[in-house]
Amino acid sequence: MAEEIIIPGYKRWLVSIGDQVGFLMGFFRNLFAGGFEWSEFVRQCYEIGYRSILLVGITSFIMGVVLILQLRPTMVAFGEASMLPKTLAVSFVREIGPVIIGIICAGKIASSIGAELGSMKVTEQLDAMEVSGANAVQYLVVPRILATSIMLPVLAILGDLIGLFGGFLALNLRDVISFKLYFTKVIASLDFSDLLPALVKTIFFGFAIGFVGCYKGFTSNRGTESVGIAANTAVVTASLWIFIIDAIAVQITSLLFY
Amino acid sequence: MTEEETITKKQASKKPKEVVIAIKGLEKSFGDNQVLKNISLELDKGENLVILGRSGSGKSVTIECIVGLLQPDAGSVKVFGEEVAGLTEKALKDLRLRIGFLFQSGALYDSMTVRENMEFPLTRVLKIKDQGEIDKRVAAVLEAVGLSDAVDKMPSDLSGGMRKRAGLARTLVVDPEIMLYDEPTTGLDPITSREISELIISIQKRNKTSSIIITHDLECARIASDRVLILTDGQFSKEGTYDELLKSKDKNVASYFNIS
Repeated sequence: MAEEIIIPGYKRWLVSIGDQVGFLMGFFRNLFAGGFEWSEFVRQCYEIGYRSILLVGITSFIMGVVLILQLRPTMVAFGEASMLPKTLAVSFVREIGPVIIGIICAGKIASSIGAELGSMKVTEQLDAMEVSGANAVQYLVVPRILATSIMLPVLAILGDLIGLFGGFLALNLRDVISFKLYFTKVIASLDFSDLLPALVKTIFFGFAIGFVGCYKGFTSNRGTESVGIAANTAVVTASLWIFIIDAIAVQITSLLFY
Repeated sequence: MTEEETITKKQASKKPKEVVIAIKGLEKSFGDNQVLKNISLELDKGENLVILGRSGSGKSVTIECIVGLLQPDAGSVKVFGEEVAGLTEKALKDLRLRIGFLFQSGALYDSMTVRENMEFPLTRVLKIKDQGEIDKRVAAVLEAVGLSDAVDKMPSDLSGGMRKRAGLARTLVVDPEIMLYDEPTTGLDPITSREISELIISIQKRNKTSSIIITHDLECARIASDRVLILTDGQFSKEGTYDELLKSKDKNVASYFNIS
């Protein structure tokens, strides 16, 4: 059972910050400590990545369709309908795709990790691991955070492709554009400075999702209610972190590339 | 019997008992609620000590302090002569290898089969790589608790009693010297409770373990105890064998044994 310290007011916030820093250091210490749990890592990649494909695919497809349908009247009014593939590609790959996929994954993955580890805490499985001398952080936390950090960029790439394909179908509802021409325009409009920052920030999104989910699960209280609270706060906190990381990433990208 | 043999036997009988757990002046509070108030106890090697007490009296907190899951506010907890609070992370891990802890719920890892639960401490803690050795140990420990047929079942497929047995098997698979049982019979029917209590005795005899058994089950205390301590409101109020306490005229003790 983790120590439950009853602290009033603002001190609790400071203690929480200290706890999170300690948890983060624990992650890095165990990451490089050896004895990496490959089988658990692969299992988590499957759970986190493969099992999110459908949700990410549907969401991205709808976003691609909706963006084209929303953009088209304005672009046509300005006589720039031919710019629709480029507009969609740049906005989707740079910003909309990573953020939407990040938020979707925060909802699905952070809540799932928070609830899973929270219920392990409630049912004393985390205590059992600790008391047996096993390293719960190495077995449970390191593979999950690494899996989210690696699978988020993969999901983002997949989501971008599906979203752009959705845009192609939507464009063909009113206009006629060949698949080849559409994707030639899309590829021509994207360069290194669009792709790399978008990919790098999804790694940080994934890290935030995994870290927040694990931390909330590990630090949840006793009782079934706390499992729900852990899942809920994991989603809210991870979503907030995605916007914060995105804002920072935009600033850094602007300084480096534009 | 020669005179020399008689003297040797007398000396052997006077040999001091080896204390494996020594608690002195232990105090623990959660906020304003003081759960443990200056308690002391000693567990001798090979002894089964039962701590009886009502819910919330601080029984579980006591054994959680022993394994370092909780830090005491005051007092000393020594296991095998080592002060638990002063141990490094590595030393605490080594110490925990010598202590088995059976949780109230069994605390089986629910994403793993019974076999994987057994293998977990062997591969992750003892770092055994030889699959033959692992299989041998798992088979032996499951046979000891009567769960050989459930080796490939998931914890969700097990009954309450089977979960307790599986939890016990996972604890025993690393051959601990001390066993801490947290409410081992809670939530079980009388027959299964009795089986678990008898299992505790057979583990004591076979593995030569020293045990602290936290319970409010009198039948478990009767079967499994060498000595009983009664914890009332965070303090030990009475100590003795089960039979001694059963005959006690003390009102507090009698109330535990449902004697008016």
